[in-house]
Amino acid sequence: MTRDLKRWPVRLVSLLACLLFWQVAASVKLDLGLLTFTYVPTPQAVLEAAWQLLTSSTLLAHLGSSLSRVFAGYAAAALLGVALGLLIGRSKWAEDTLLPPLEVLRPIPAVAWIPLAILMFPSSELSMVFITFTGALFPILLNTVHGAEAVDPRLVASARSLGAGRWAILREVVLPGALPSIVTGLAIGMGTSWFCLVTAEMIAGQFGIGYYTWESYTLQNYPDIIVGMLLIGVLGMGSSALVKRLGAFATPWYRTRRAG
Amino acid sequence: MNSHQQAPGRIDGHGLSIRLGQGREAFEAVQRLDFAVEPGEFVCILGPSGCGKSTLLGALAGHLVPSNGQLRVDGQAIAGPSPQRGMVFQHHTLLPWRSVLDNVAFGLKMQGLGKAERRQQAREMLQLVGLADFAERWPSQLSGGMQQRAEIARVLINRPRLLLMDEPFGALDAQTRARMQELLLDIWARIRTTVVFVTHDIDEALFLADRILVMSPRPGRFIEDLRLDFARPRRASLLTSPAFTHLKRHCLALLRHEEGRELPRLTPLGLPATDHPPLRIAL
Repeated sequence: MTRDLKRWPVRLVSLLACLLFWQVAASVKLDLGLLTFTYVPTPQAVLEAAWQLLTSSTLLAHLGSSLSRVFAGYAAAALLGVALGLLIGRSKWAEDTLLPPLEVLRPIPAVAWIPLAILMFPSSELSMVFITFTGALFPILLNTVHGAEAVDPRLVASARSLGAGRWAILREVVLPGALPSIVTGLAIGMGTSWFCLVTAEMIAGQFGIGYYTWESYTLQNYPDIIVGMLLIGVLGMGSSALVKRLGAFATPWYRTRRAG
Repeated sequence: MNSHQQAPGRIDGHGLSIRLGQGREAFEAVQRLDFAVEPGEFVCILGPSGCGKSTLLGALAGHLVPSNGQLRVDGQAIAGPSPQRGMVFQHHTLLPWRSVLDNVAFGLKMQGLGKAERRQQAREMLQLVGLADFAERWPSQLSGGMQQRAEIARVLINRPRLLLMDEPFGALDAQTRARMQELLLDIWARIRTTVVFVTHDIDEALFLADRILVMSPRPGRFIEDLRLDFARPRRASLLTSPAFTHLKRHCLALLRHEEGRELPRLTPLGLPATDHPPLRIAL
């Protein structure tokens, strides 16, 4: 604990050094040939833009739209990802029928989904939710599959010897056995869901942090772009941390094992 | 033998063979076994590593299916695992996400018993194995010996006809193992059930058993059926008695006969898992 405290000053200094470099590079319009800071706004300009957004009435609308989209897509991905993952992880037949098409869909980036999402869904709101859904689905699905496959076969055999049926084995052995893996998937999925937010909100809308960022680019409000980027970063980090915290709460045995 | 009512726990094997592996690699782990075990008998199956003794245990538990012959418990052919035939592995299989108490109560939960009732019974069972003070712990917080005691309690709460043990104390240090052996005999004196105990440790087999079936490897066959009549309760002093050493010498000679062949260990679930699950980059 005390050693952890001692490490904080270094971490803070490192962050401050990055900020300082940014400030200097942007204010002298540092030009390295390959990389130029000519058009990069200074931290101070970004701070002012952030203050403007904070005090404006639109922030809540932006946040509300984005949060509801991310969480709707994420919740759907979590439900489907965990359910499919358990099925694929426990049944060879499900693995053979379901995994090949999913593996083909997996590498397709969120941007590539935009046209199809617009065509397939009745409202642009639903298409945006779908884009965040695609971002979260695969990490959750694959981690669940991995967790379900890695469950010790001796635990399953023992549970059967104690009278557990198929359903009880799923509920009592496979699901909790895969849970640490599922939590990892859920935490990664939360982050990737935010990744896809800007992409999703490129589709349409008036509100949303991704939309705000994209609009700032088209309007050439460069400081606002960075405010949007940082906001997505902070929100993504915060919600991932929340998922991890909830996950640790749901797997108390795992915590004690690692501590002990 | 069926003419009058008997205590449950009789085992009959006739021409029993079990094949493991697939295709060209397949082999008979045990071959044409004929044997019978009386209800309430404590039988040790003694043999070198990989001789098929664990395979036989797996078939008794219902995890492995015989390729030939019959295997019956109280006249009934074995069809899959059952709480009537409890299994204790070499390394514990307690559920890491359940407290020790709820692990022991697991079988009763599967029977549909209410929480209060099953916990009450589980507490009594933990008392019996001397773990009353550890009921609320996670399994990972117990020592190896305690984990095996919890495992035994979890199996016995179902009042099984058979208690099947696959080198249950093999991974423990010598002192703990000796204590666990005495504890097992104490429990068995109170909860009389047929015990089939697999071991490659001659001392252990001689100390515990009413009867030792000595097995030779590849194919696994019984080469000796040894009945022991050391008085019970047995204590550590037995290990140094002349009768004990005499029998030990006999067993050593039987096993030495099979020396020179190093075989991979088999498990009650079949062949040991050689391939680790493929590494998946889950992103």
